Amino acid sequence: MNVSKMIAPHIKGVAPSGIRKYFDLINEMKDAISLGIGEPDFVTPWRIREEGIYSLEKGFTHYSTNAGYIELRQEICNYMERRFNLKYAAEKDVLVTVGGSEAIDLAIRAIVSKGDEVIIPEPSFVAYKGCTLFAGAVPVPIELKAENQFRLRREDLERAVTDKTKIIIIAYPNNPTGAIMEYDDYLEIVDFLKDKDIMIISDELYAEMTYVDKHVSIAIFDEMKDRTIVVNGFSKAYAMTGWRIGYACGNEAIIEQMKKIHQYAIMCAPTNAQYAAIEALRNCDDDVTEMITEYNHRRRVVLSGFRNAGMDCFEPLGAFYVFPDIRITGLTSDEFCERLLLEEKVLTVPGTAFGDCGEGFVRATYATSMDNLLEAIKRIDRFIKKFA
Amino acid sequence: MKNEILDILAKNSRTSNEQIALMLGKQEEEVKQAITELEEKNIIMGYPAIVNWEKTDRDAVMAFIEVRVTPQRDQGFDKVAERIYQYPQVKSCNLMSGGYDLFVAVEGKTMKEVALFVAEKLATIESVISTATHFVLKQYKENGVIYEQKYKDNREAVVL
Repeated sequence: MNVSKMIAPHIKGVAPSGIRKYFDLINEMKDAISLGIGEPDFVTPWRIREEGIYSLEKGFTHYSTNAGYIELRQEICNYMERRFNLKYAAEKDVLVTVGGSEAIDLAIRAIVSKGDEVIIPEPSFVAYKGCTLFAGAVPVPIELKAENQFRLRREDLERAVTDKTKIIIIAYPNNPTGAIMEYDDYLEIVDFLKDKDIMIISDELYAEMTYVDKHVSIAIFDEMKDRTIVVNGFSKAYAMTGWRIGYACGNEAIIEQMKKIHQYAIMCAPTNAQYAAIEALRNCDDDVTEMITEYNHRRRVVLSGFRNAGMDCFEPLGAFYVFPDIRITGLTSDEFCERLLLEEKVLTVPGTAFGDCGEGFVRATYATSMDNLLEAIKRIDRFIKKFA
Repeated sequence: MKNEILDILAKNSRTSNEQIALMLGKQEEEVKQAITELEEKNIIMGYPAIVNWEKTDRDAVMAFIEVRVTPQRDQGFDKVAERIYQYPQVKSCNLMSGGYDLFVAVEGKTMKEVALFVAEKLATIESVISTATHFVLKQYKENGVIYEQKYKDNREAVVL
């Protein structure tokens, strides 16, 4: 039997990620510095790890309720209110998932039918498009612009919304650009969306990594609360990527349906991660602050590094990425990244990995040590001088 | 800004003014000025390195001494503390709550040297009632730095 013929066309048709070659190249190199890793370099704070260990020692190794332990859901509600002024009910509005990624997948699957449209502002994290296609829906990219600091504007949506639009993805602070949305940025958008039958999936995994004021969720607007599924998690804020734990908050009607898929496909999020997550939310605000302070220091160093090297780079106010414009080199994003890696052993990710409109940009993360960053900046500076 | 500078220097006192300025989004001159003030006010008192002497060829022994003291009229514990901390062998000296009064870290080349120092110099001070010496057998963590630990980054090289 030709097994590959058995694969569903809408799965097979999704292109694999284009960064494979960088993996292969860097793995053969010595002294290479990767600015391509989209996860914290910090290890999970010890008190969180210790709580996970303790749960194992006590033999807490069973399933939890499908939605996640109620204690955890309650802590999530406390956190959402404490940090973002969002009120949810632990019994019905919260679903604990296997990372934020699962929550995104569930939300899309619960809402779209074949042919429905999902608006995805780009450059963006790769999962939205993939999950949309897997669900049989149609991704509709919106091109965000560096001159608008990669923020979403009402005009962008007006052009893209059709009567088939079911979901708009909003992802701030943003991977890969580091852009944020502030309260005023949302006013016009909310005005446009408030009477439309369109759901918002707001991916707020990087919410804690906001370097001005405080993160603002679109769900803060009364008109948007029920239309918005807020996705958040522990991976970025608490450096817990490997634990695979996140959550979705929203109107109970949608959470209930997401829970149905989760129940059959997943059962429940890993329970030792759930115990650890309870500790994270209860007692680790200081650990988060310390990590965020460190990211902010590095952010300033890297930003000035790219600018001093002669590149245009808008100031990213969130996440842990910079997204410099590399067009002064005359190279494509892909050429830039390949040559920078081969010639200076610094790995960045081409903007095109995050959508066609990422051409002319690269993503560099500062989730790596200051020593690495300072050395990388030196090498990048040397590289850019070749094009002067 | 000063507290931020202190946080940075407390973690790594070799961070250059230029780098601190970049980290905080300030001018190098401002940072230099702030550090000078912090030094003048004795808020920054020094920049010692944390050394793992075990890995050198130098012999070093450390002991923590619990010292019980009769406080002196008008001067409390300060006078006797001063007599103790003036010795260069004394690396730290703190007044404590609880079962004893002064907690003194003493460093020497050998256990005998430290023990003699305690017997001859500390125990003989008039207002000292008693001493109890605890030798350090192994150091695990000092000033926030863990001995014998090198964090290895085992992340995947590219994650989107």
